Amino acid sequence: MSASDPIAQPAADARPGRAWRPFALTAPAIILLIAVIGYPLLTIVLRSLSEPEWGLQNYAWFFGAPVNLTVLQRTFTISAWVTLVCVIAAYPYAYLMTAVGPRVRLVLVLCVLIPFWVSGVVRTLSWVILLQDSGVINSLLRSAGFSGVKLIRTQTGVVIGMAQVLLPFMILPLYSVMQGIDLRLMRAAQSLGARPSRAFFTVYLPLSLPGVYAGAIIVFILSLGFYITPALLGGPRSTMLSTLVQTQVLSLLQWGRGGAMGVVLLVTTFVLLALAAPVMRSRHREAGRR
Amino acid sequence: MNPVQASKGAAIDLESISKAYGGFKALDGVSLRIEPGEFMTLLGPSGSGKTTTLNVIAGFTDVTSGKLLVGEKSVVGVPAHKRNIGVVFQHYALFPHMSVGRNVAYPLTLRGIDQATRQARVARALDMVKMGDFAHRYPSELSGGQQQRVALARAIVFDPPLLLMDEPLGALDKKLREWLQLEIKRIHRELGTTFVYVTHDQEEALVLSDRIAVFNRGRIEQVGTGRQLYDEPATLFVGRFIGDSTVLRGQARSDGNSTALSIAGETVTAPRRLAGEASPVMLLRPEKLSLCRPGQNAANGANRLSGTIAEAIYLGSESKYEVKLADGSGAIVRSALTGESFGLGDKVELCFDGTDAKLLADDSTADTTLT
Repeated sequence: MSASDPIAQPAADARPGRAWRPFALTAPAIILLIAVIGYPLLTIVLRSLSEPEWGLQNYAWFFGAPVNLTVLQRTFTISAWVTLVCVIAAYPYAYLMTAVGPRVRLVLVLCVLIPFWVSGVVRTLSWVILLQDSGVINSLLRSAGFSGVKLIRTQTGVVIGMAQVLLPFMILPLYSVMQGIDLRLMRAAQSLGARPSRAFFTVYLPLSLPGVYAGAIIVFILSLGFYITPALLGGPRSTMLSTLVQTQVLSLLQWGRGGAMGVVLLVTTFVLLALAAPVMRSRHREAGRR
Repeated sequence: MNPVQASKGAAIDLESISKAYGGFKALDGVSLRIEPGEFMTLLGPSGSGKTTTLNVIAGFTDVTSGKLLVGEKSVVGVPAHKRNIGVVFQHYALFPHMSVGRNVAYPLTLRGIDQATRQARVARALDMVKMGDFAHRYPSELSGGQQQRVALARAIVFDPPLLLMDEPLGALDKKLREWLQLEIKRIHRELGTTFVYVTHDQEEALVLSDRIAVFNRGRIEQVGTGRQLYDEPATLFVGRFIGDSTVLRGQARSDGNSTALSIAGETVTAPRRLAGEASPVMLLRPEKLSLCRPGQNAANGANRLSGTIAEAIYLGSESKYEVKLADGSGAIVRSALTGESFGLGDKVELCFDGTDAKLLADDSTADTTLT
């Protein structure tokens, strides 16, 4: 983050002949990125414009079918819900991680990471067991005297499952930012007359926002491309774009249409991020953090 | 909150305050009365309880027992945000996401003061600390000294009747520290607010304070003006903590109204005796000691101790000598450059007048606490 700060840059002009060295060291990474991201992306764009023949027919098809637009909109809605759920669940958890001693913190970190090491498919399947109509949650509700709720094959079920899978991506950036917040500032705020809640909203929350933004962007973008969880936990009314892509490409062999959907998703994401960027840019410098 | 009432400071009464953390007594029956408008410094080594006392007054730490009155009203159990006390921290504690102006305006915003008044008072507070041109800067763009001045402005902008400062200059270099000490003194005079200042630096305490409370091991050893503490230390700890001093220990013999110490075969006497059973030591200030060549007549004093110059330090206006006495202990002597000068290893005699020696009870633990 501080790389954008011109002051933080090492004096590159001190040794002009060696300015290329940092780039030489990143060459393997750059080559790998071009090979596994750049080239396939280019292929997708080209295929969306060239299959079965050159032209914009794939895009015309996508925007011509209302169901596609519904699914696109739903993809963004579900991703937004997942992001929101993750923020709400991760914020207190990440805060707790900063507040406890090193031993409890280790336990909390493991609680985040251990599910992370279990394959997403396995975790999603266990959500099927938990969420299904005769599953754990519904039997508990019924034995407590409530009527059961429909969770499996609903949007709610998809959001719950995806939020659980993506939670670590929210907790970890939040924790790393919160760790850097000087808690003594809260004491200062209180001495100046701020109730603890007021001190939180005027001092702690604004200082933790960079972590919220970082986590939210990661979770939101990963959500947009989620495939397995919505496919297993969702029903026909909670289909996300990735499922449609899969149908077009693998079932119907319509590579062009699949490519066009991918491009639409990518461009829409960029537009949304560009719109959100001014909000996320904070005026105070990184150097202000300890 | 009313700017008119603010010109008067609040009195503070600490009445046998104790604070225990498990078995450890951070404060052990601290009683202190601070007068309205007074500049009181809490002085002591780290872990002596001075910062805990400050935190108790600020409301950051609750007490195990005892009474605390600010402005004649008990504040025990009142949370920090309701105490209306300004606090300046060693680590500045400016909000990094707010400009200097918004930092200083923060306590006013919390108090619901309208924007026009707020701006005027922020400008006045920043002018008072000579930071008027920096309102739009961010804390990370300021030097340590500038940040601390902004923190001071933020702590006085809401006109608290009491200002607490916790080693506010501890992180700054010596030149800046000395200049800011004078600034703090000036602001104290202009505001008339009660200041409570925590430091471990006895020189700083002497420069700033009306009175100083010397803390040691969770207790107050002595309260008084700098001169009182220097001239009439109540305990050996205070005598050693304030200013340079030489402590003479030896075989003590008291008879009638005088005390004699025999140190490695030589005897010195003081025309006083110590009440109680404790074994007496003599404490001497460097300017009360003089040096002469063996056998030479000294300007002052019937008492003589032979020693060797172990260190000679040239200080510009004077010289400072460390003399190693026959029993191995050290003495510190300051002498004007006009007098005779001595070199390393010179045999000398240390002379002093018995009336200048302070007789104090030997508190051998004081040594370990100081280092």
